[in-house]
Amino acid sequence: MKEIFEIRWHGRGGQGAKTAALLFGDACLSTGKYIQAFPEYGPERMGAPVVSFNRISSSPIRIHSGIENPDVVVVLDFTLIEQVNICEGLDEKNGILLVNTPLSPDEIKNKIKFFGKVYTVDASKIAIETIGRNIPNTPMMGALVKITKILTLEEVLNDTRKKLAVKFRNKPEVIEGNLKAIERAYNEVKGD
Amino acid sequence: MGIKVAKTANEAFAEGMRQINPDVVAAYPITPATEIVQIFSQFVADGLVKTEFIQVESEHSAMSACIGASAAGARAMTGTSSQGLAFMWEMLYIASGLRLPIIMAVVNRALSSPINIHCDHSDTFGARDSGWIQIYSENVQETYDNLIQGVRIAEHPEVKLPCMIMTDGFILSHCLETLEMLTDQEVQEFIGVPPERENLIKSAIENKPITIGALDLQDYYFERKRQQAEGMKNALKIIPEIGKEFGDKFGRYYGFVEDYKLEDADIGIVVIGSTAGTAKEVVDNLRKKGVKAGLLKIRILRPLPVEDIKNSLKNLKVVGVMDRVEGMNAFCGPLYSEITACLYDLDKKPLLTNFVYGLGGRDVKIEDIETIFNELITVLEKGKKDFTLKYIGVRE
Repeated sequence: MKEIFEIRWHGRGGQGAKTAALLFGDACLSTGKYIQAFPEYGPERMGAPVVSFNRISSSPIRIHSGIENPDVVVVLDFTLIEQVNICEGLDEKNGILLVNTPLSPDEIKNKIKFFGKVYTVDASKIAIETIGRNIPNTPMMGALVKITKILTLEEVLNDTRKKLAVKFRNKPEVIEGNLKAIERAYNEVKGD
Repeated sequence: MGIKVAKTANEAFAEGMRQINPDVVAAYPITPATEIVQIFSQFVADGLVKTEFIQVESEHSAMSACIGASAAGARAMTGTSSQGLAFMWEMLYIASGLRLPIIMAVVNRALSSPINIHCDHSDTFGARDSGWIQIYSENVQETYDNLIQGVRIAEHPEVKLPCMIMTDGFILSHCLETLEMLTDQEVQEFIGVPPERENLIKSAIENKPITIGALDLQDYYFERKRQQAEGMKNALKIIPEIGKEFGDKFGRYYGFVEDYKLEDADIGIVVIGSTAGTAKEVVDNLRKKGVKAGLLKIRILRPLPVEDIKNSLKNLKVVGVMDRVEGMNAFCGPLYSEITACLYDLDKKPLLTNFVYGLGGRDVKIEDIETIFNELITVLEKGKKDFTLKYIGVRE
């Protein structure tokens, strides 16, 4: 792993881009890594483009500036490409783009003219089928884990179970749905 | 020992307050500090603390309620930011003048106008002469550790002054980081029972009524202020003692300042808050290239640790002071003035330059700090400076 691994999450207000960064950071911490997770704060509205970030490292993280050249960009909503440059600062040689879409990686590459590493997974479909709502953030964590190998599938499942058990203690079906979503995205993500 | 958890600085403040378990918290919400009292009020609702939580209609009232509670003998706390702190202004001076050890968590945010919710240090720099002890934090861990030490410092019988503990708005307040928390018992043992001091409840119980906040005109005002100044001076002795005790117990040592690779440095920057971490990366990179660069992080601004600052900087050739505040004096930023005053009496002193940066939350990148060091290298090579103040990262 790089000294500090950096991730940028793109989503729309309400899709859980912030929560995804927090959950992923927390899951990494539970395996002994040092982490940062922070959203970019602006005038937030439901549906407006939002960004959040992660830094992951095996040693304490001192840097506190924004992330401009992420190693991975995760896109929770592909319609964002109409509004924001999701590939900004992403290195075409080493950078990784992970998109929530039914399209294939090659179709995405041609559409946005980014010819680096592209992975796709239909996280919205998975979320609807497992959780019952289009909340693609947890399945995208599963796909991210598969691609980056920062965590194992077991580690992210265990940590998510722990976290959601507190939040949804009266709704066990939500917990099971999220875990299933992570596992399915882990298995269904495709790309280089 | 404690456990490693992921917390934002706001969460760390709230958890620290829960572990301190103060008698009274009075607060009013303001971005980006709202979460502190929001989370804490949940602790109150869940019965995790014995605190009397007072919801007030303004920050002015929040500080007023803390003053009343503290005067009655309570351990009182609050939290605020920016305009909220500005709204407390007159009460800040009353808290310190009455020698009340109130603890305040402050999330640094720019002052209006233009309205802005992001980080700079204008709010607390404005309050630096209000008689409060000021402690600044580089990261979430320091935010938490400083809060816990703040209680001991403020309540020390030789100090008896209110204390504000700072963290950078959004950059830290909303950044989830790795935090090593102490156990509730460790915090309780460290802060202990508040040392005895004159207060209203005690005076009522003992049936020896006292007056707090009486009028002092030409006859006594000056003496009272002189005593208050002595309390601040005593803090210079107490703060490192408590920092060492904290380190001996928990492994993280704290002084007035943090010297980073200054020992043999030719050039160095002086910086406060989260930017110090980013700047340490730059210092390391410069060191790899053979540049003798270093960094001085100011943790305690009030009292001003003159001797430490002098000792840290006296052997440097060029120093850049970073101000996350615009001084509006048509000359320099406030930290530059303070550092200049510290160094003035030295026979041999570094060339001093000033850089104003990061106002209203403007991101401070590695390259911005590199720009500052490049300026310092130029001054070093020329052997003289041809500017006092430069702005970093602004369009003009």
